[in-house]
Amino acid sequence: MCSLPVPQEPLRRVVVTGGTHGNEMSGVYLARHWLRTPVDLQRPSFSALPMLANPAATAVCRRYIGHDLNRTFTNTFLISKATPDEPYEVTRARELNQLLGPKSSSQAFDFLLDLHNTTANMGTCFITKATDVFAIHLCHHLQLKNPKLPSRVLVYQLSQDETYSLDSVAKHGMTLELGPQAQGVLRADLFSQMRSLVASSLDFIELFNQGTAFPAFEMEVYRFLGCEDFPHTEDGDLAGMVHPQLQDRDFEPLRPGTPVFQMFSGEDVLYKGDSTVYPVFINEAAYYEKNIAFMKSEKLLVSIPALPGLTPVPTPLT
Amino acid sequence: MTEKPIKKIAIFGGTHGNELTGVFLVKHWLQDGAEIQRTGLEVKPFISNPRAVKKCLRYIDCDLNRVFDLENLGKKMSEDLPYEVRRAQEINHLFGQKNSEDSYDIIFDLHNTTSNMGCTLILEDSKNDFLIQMFHYIKTSLAPLPCYVYLIEHPSLKYATTRSIAKYPVGIEVGPQPQGVLRADILDQMRKMIKHALDFIHQFNQGKEFPPCAIEAYKIMEKVDFPRNENGEIAAIIHPNLQMKPQPQHRGLHYGKTGDEPSPFTQMAACLLWTCMCMKKAVCLCSGHPKTKYIILTSSPKAQDLFLSF
Repeated sequence: MCSLPVPQEPLRRVVVTGGTHGNEMSGVYLARHWLRTPVDLQRPSFSALPMLANPAATAVCRRYIGHDLNRTFTNTFLISKATPDEPYEVTRARELNQLLGPKSSSQAFDFLLDLHNTTANMGTCFITKATDVFAIHLCHHLQLKNPKLPSRVLVYQLSQDETYSLDSVAKHGMTLELGPQAQGVLRADLFSQMRSLVASSLDFIELFNQGTAFPAFEMEVYRFLGCEDFPHTEDGDLAGMVHPQLQDRDFEPLRPGTPVFQMFSGEDVLYKGDSTVYPVFINEAAYYEKNIAFMKSEKLLVSIPALPGLTPVPTPLT
Repeated sequence: MTEKPIKKIAIFGGTHGNELTGVFLVKHWLQDGAEIQRTGLEVKPFISNPRAVKKCLRYIDCDLNRVFDLENLGKKMSEDLPYEVRRAQEINHLFGQKNSEDSYDIIFDLHNTTSNMGCTLILEDSKNDFLIQMFHYIKTSLAPLPCYVYLIEHPSLKYATTRSIAKYPVGIEVGPQPQGVLRADILDQMRKMIKHALDFIHQFNQGKEFPPCAIEAYKIMEKVDFPRNENGEIAAIIHPNLQMKPQPQHRGLHYGKTGDEPSPFTQMAACLLWTCMCMKKAVCLCSGHPKTKYIILTSSPKAQDLFLSF
């Protein structure tokens, strides 16, 4: 696995984004709150910037207006020429790339934390690139800081697939995914949890900026494998739904031969895969249109190398 | 009670296009309606807002479940009318007319909510003995699964529902389920509610006698808004102590307005609060008696804040 280089300098340019999907309310309301009281995001060595990533979708409480913003940060979209009839999110992605990137450039923000909710029973989940050692150290730090809060790390892109999410615009990034919460609904428990996880994330960056080194460790991670579609009728309508035995069982092992769908006519559909997988995003509302009933992942134990402390820059004599 | 047998029944799904349980039950019954057929009954499954269903939105122009008043139903048909007002007139033509002899006997309207309301039956008129008997039958048949009765009879808060064109309108609300999501457990509960309702009607038509009964109902009292800042934005969230409590603990919950001071306490049932409506717990509706008896319960007062400030 070829890792991204770890930062050699303090992270000064940090951004916390909410409302990338306009109906995922924890991040929307936290971002709005911090835009009024940015002092919560200040640390001695940096001030994180709060931002509403998709203000138009947020205003109408929808995931997106014309195109899913969190799938729009590919080179094809980012370097395309603006056209009058392009979806709002393509324009907005270019804007965000200018503000926070450009993606893969030395001018890009040091860290981007993107706040999301899911209708699936994912609990507290950290999503990041498998190669981002710095971000995985952050996940580990959050797990150590919150021993009573079960949390999982979900990683993507072990191959050379192009990244497309908002957090890929910065040099390092992570998505905080909290659930279950219905779209358009704000729950106090998840709101408080997300707020405290963001505060701990900024504390971690501060510790790193102050020169703290973090030792190597082993960690359980879930790696995306692929997606599973719903059963459909000939007209393309749903013919069944997620089986009650699978519903709400995100991150639990799914073995071949166990029920995954229940047809409206009553019979069960069994999982046909040839090995045990760990389903995630089970019955996520936003994935019906993407023909995804759940995503499959594998559970791995990975060794993460140490994160060396920054070498103190000698203070210039005055 | 009604003298005549019940003949014409409709089951509406997709009155709100993103409440998926009713949408997919009705679509399924349109393909295979064996389980909703009963001898002597005409049972018609129907998608009430097909354009909203297609887009998986609550509505296109305005809420279909609020426009069945005589003013909207009497408007001159024109392309300029909101889609749902035009659709309401079509539905009134097919299943009404509202307040007429020809209207359908019963319309079941299937809904979901994101709030933790479990199985809830919605009653529009506390003097409707036939529906009180039906709801009593459904509650008894579902037990030990709880089933609540929500009474929307109120001089200003009652709204003009889609089902109100029938002689006996029945709202069925099952939650919690996010919009745009279909849960097997919720679908199973709603399916059972319809089965028991149809069984009751079948037995009633066959001349079975139902002795007087009483049911507990939650009556709408007032709507409670979120606390808001000067720009009209929400300034606090539903307090975790109020959100998704197991329902039996909700009886006789008291609340203070918004501040730290536990100011005026009003008795209410909090389990139905997602819609920001306040219910008075509880009205005891008795069928078979000349007068409806109201009993207000006053159990376990405990001060709790309704909202958590940011």
